[in-house]
Amino acid sequence: MLDMVLKISLICISIAMLALIYRVIKGPTIPDKVIALDAIGINLVALIALISMLLKTSAFLEVILLVGILAFIGTVAFAKFLEKGEIIERDRNH
Amino acid sequence: MKKNDVILQTVTNVVVFMIFLFSLQVFFSGHYHPGGGFIGGLMTSGAIVLLLLAYDIKTVSKIIPIDYKLLIGIGLFFAVATGAGSLLFNVPFLTHAFSHFDLPILGETSLHTAVLFDTGVYLVVIGVTMTIIQTIGEGE
Repeated sequence: MLDMVLKISLICISIAMLALIYRVIKGPTIPDKVIALDAIGINLVALIALISMLLKTSAFLEVILLVGILAFIGTVAFAKFLEKGEIIERDRNH
Repeated sequence: MKKNDVILQTVTNVVVFMIFLFSLQVFFSGHYHPGGGFIGGLMTSGAIVLLLLAYDIKTVSKIIPIDYKLLIGIGLFFAVATGAGSLLFNVPFLTHAFSHFDLPILGETSLHTAVLFDTGVYLVVIGVTMTIIQTIGEGE
């Protein structure tokens, strides 16, 4: 029963990721693509959680937190590049 | 034009400690669970990269006054010294040993010399990653 529910959820999230991939490829502006990539990262978190439930293991729980952190850092870095043109400033007070 | 990123800096101040604690947890649980020195070092340098994103190189080098190139040397010393330490006990190079100790707060804990080797890996990974990122970031 639970396996069936998990598989249906996996299919739903895969469809959502496919729609996001369409937005990454087609997105008219760069910020559209960045937000779609961030959402793909969050969907990946859900995908890993469902798969670790399906495989009945807790070995992937670190991966979930890791993907969340990496998606956040990556999105912040890209947002800063789009806004200021450089990612790491030498001295921001001049 | 001066930009005000107070939201990014406030979130960073909270999140950096979470990432750092998570990296330490991954580092110390590497013997029995997924993780270890490599991913722990990468997460720690991820926390420092987040600081670099929210602030700038000058501020971060004031917050964390560490020469990362020196960190590579210290890490390599840890790894080689752990390997050479086994030679003192007439066993081959890089032979590890472990034993159970009764620590004050933690109770009975098994301490393994592989943790010292992993500390070397951890320091080298932080040093190499931060050296690469800072060198690229400083270039005009």
